[in-house]
Amino acid sequence: MNKLWLIIQREYLTRVRRRSFILATLLTPLAFGLFFVVVYFIFSYEGNDARQIVIVDEGNILNRSISDDKNLYFKFVDTDLQVLLDNFEEMHYEGVVYLPKVHDVMDPNFTIHYYSNNKLTLDLEPRIRERVRKSLYQYKVDQLQLDPKALKALDIKVDIDPHSIKETENETGKLAGQIATIFGFMMGIVMYFTVFIYGMMVMRSVMEEKTSRIVEVMISSVRPFQLMMGKIIGVGAVGLTQVAIWAILIPLILIIVNLAFGIDPQQLEAANPTATQMDPAEAEAMFVQVMAEINRLNWWAMLPLFLLYFLGGYFMYASMFAAVGSAMGDDLGEGQALTLPITIPVLLAFYIMIAVVESPNSSLGVWSSLFPLFSPIVMPARLAFDPPVWQVVLSITFLLATSIFFVWLSGRIYRVGILMYGKKVSMRELGKWLFYRG
Amino acid sequence: MNILTLEDVVKQYDKHTAVDHVSFAVPEGSIFGLLGPNGAGKTSLIRIITTITRADSGKVFLGNEPLNSNHPSQIGYMPEERGLYKKMKVGDHLMYLAQLKGLRKKEAKAAIEVWFEKFDIQDWWNKKVQELSKGMQQKIQFISTVVHGPRLLILDEPFSGLDPINTNIIKDEIDLMHQQGISIIFSTHRMEQVEEICENIVLINKGRNILEGGVKAIKNQFKENLFEIAYVGQLPEINSSQATIVQNNGRELVVRIAEGSSSDALLRFLLDRGIHIRSFREILPSLNEIFIRQVEEKNQQTLVV
Repeated sequence: MNKLWLIIQREYLTRVRRRSFILATLLTPLAFGLFFVVVYFIFSYEGNDARQIVIVDEGNILNRSISDDKNLYFKFVDTDLQVLLDNFEEMHYEGVVYLPKVHDVMDPNFTIHYYSNNKLTLDLEPRIRERVRKSLYQYKVDQLQLDPKALKALDIKVDIDPHSIKETENETGKLAGQIATIFGFMMGIVMYFTVFIYGMMVMRSVMEEKTSRIVEVMISSVRPFQLMMGKIIGVGAVGLTQVAIWAILIPLILIIVNLAFGIDPQQLEAANPTATQMDPAEAEAMFVQVMAEINRLNWWAMLPLFLLYFLGGYFMYASMFAAVGSAMGDDLGEGQALTLPITIPVLLAFYIMIAVVESPNSSLGVWSSLFPLFSPIVMPARLAFDPPVWQVVLSITFLLATSIFFVWLSGRIYRVGILMYGKKVSMRELGKWLFYRG
Repeated sequence: MNILTLEDVVKQYDKHTAVDHVSFAVPEGSIFGLLGPNGAGKTSLIRIITTITRADSGKVFLGNEPLNSNHPSQIGYMPEERGLYKKMKVGDHLMYLAQLKGLRKKEAKAAIEVWFEKFDIQDWWNKKVQELSKGMQQKIQFISTVVHGPRLLILDEPFSGLDPINTNIIKDEIDLMHQQGISIIFSTHRMEQVEEICENIVLINKGRNILEGGVKAIKNQFKENLFEIAYVGQLPEINSSQATIVQNNGRELVVRIAEGSSSDALLRFLLDRGIHIRSFREILPSLNEIFIRQVEEKNQQTLVV
């Protein structure tokens, strides 16, 4: 036990102290922040030059009033359009907007004309169109002598408020489905990457020990199983450390970016011209609702379960990677055939998880979240959808049992593999090693 | 008292028998040579002794106790293929290995410092292993093998890859430890080293123990009654019932004394004939010759069988 602890310590400390680890751990959140800043600037980019647009409004639809915008100024003139266009070069306008008279108030279509030497840009077009549409709406309301309140009443929105029949006290909110989907998906992805990245890390490190021949010195002091477990646990702790730091730093950096640049997601959306404008009050109501939904999720059950699935999945896959690493020489390419049987289930689980998030209670979802090779990635994605308790219990039981079995199995292969040199190893060979005596 | 006793040890891999009913004993405090050509099963034997693997059958005792998991802390093992964690600092590395051998932190630090002083490398503590030259790394490897003060030291080809200076340094250390009463097993296929250092040997070939005993006894066992005589004068005819001449260059003579005769008789015979004898020496076979002869003989036997 004491030796195992020493090994865990070394495996953990040497990795955590490594410059590459520190850089990756700190730079990843920074990269996230930078990404957001860049995205924000791309979306909010507007030409530097102030542009002036002349409006010829024949039917006085706009009633001589239109709001200016950042770097965009409007000016009404009564000059004849043809004169304006003839002298366009000298007047340095960005463009001319021509609004013809409204001939038929009942016609929902209305065409305005834009004259310019420059192309009508993607940011300019919706701004002009939206302004004209609003004014024209008001103009038509006046012309047709309609009641604005009655019109407002016609602007219908239908919400669906779902209720769970079984559990009356814990009513599912209407956003629950969407939020659960996002959370489930995120959890699935986190599981997928951690299993892969840290599992691979275990494999590489086993190979290194083998090729540098330190392993023979090591196992003259400790049992091979201790060495393997120490490594798996140590690297797993490195993984947890990294994920924990990211879980704190990434939101923190996003908040800092937010404060420093005044970026918030709503503004991002507003800056995006194709997005529908959202009423700030409505957005806030939505935010409150989202938070309420997030709070409603059963975190006290979910967090420990996540940890269990992480540990189960990690130990299962990392031990397999360790076994494969022990069988390989220093040639990574040669090992491809051996890593394939491990990577395929991980990849399959990932794709199943994507499908299962769409329909969490499908038979695919149920069966794959019971199957231990898939469950560490699929079940966390289902957890937000309140799967039946028996399924969770069964799935965890299977996973932990399989995990222990695989650790044992890998230990048997590992203890033979690390001492085997210059031999090309096949899956069959690995199978034989299982039955070697101590 | 024997520090190590092997009784009828067998180890099989697949269909290949690496160790085939081997028995021998290492007297406490001796330097013991474990000899054999490449692939004879030396490493398999060592792995059993160092508890890396277990024998399929047979018994191994360290002192009086059957080998168990507490014993690695009493054994120091330097494998033929050396290896260290390249990116670790020398001091941390030695601390790690010493603690794995059961030393407490303070003990480990003190022991390492003693060795650093001995080799005059106090400023290496914070260097990374990969910054050291190969010879320097070997020194560290050696320290890591002995730092926990083992009762039994197992050195597998300890001088391979060492330059003459470092070879001598390690040799001196081995001598020193021998004087302190530590038992040392020396595994090698280079016989000249064994003759110099070892007191007892066991010769392994194809997994079998084919020769065992004290170096002197073995040499006597395999002597061919060859004598080298340096002389001045006219050599008389030597009767073949007395001895046969193997080689003669006019100043030095190599003869094989015939059975039933003796070196004393030959010497007297030559002196009587007025030959001036400058030196008279028995030629004992080198271990190398015995080794080669034994290995070839056994191989031939197995061919015939």
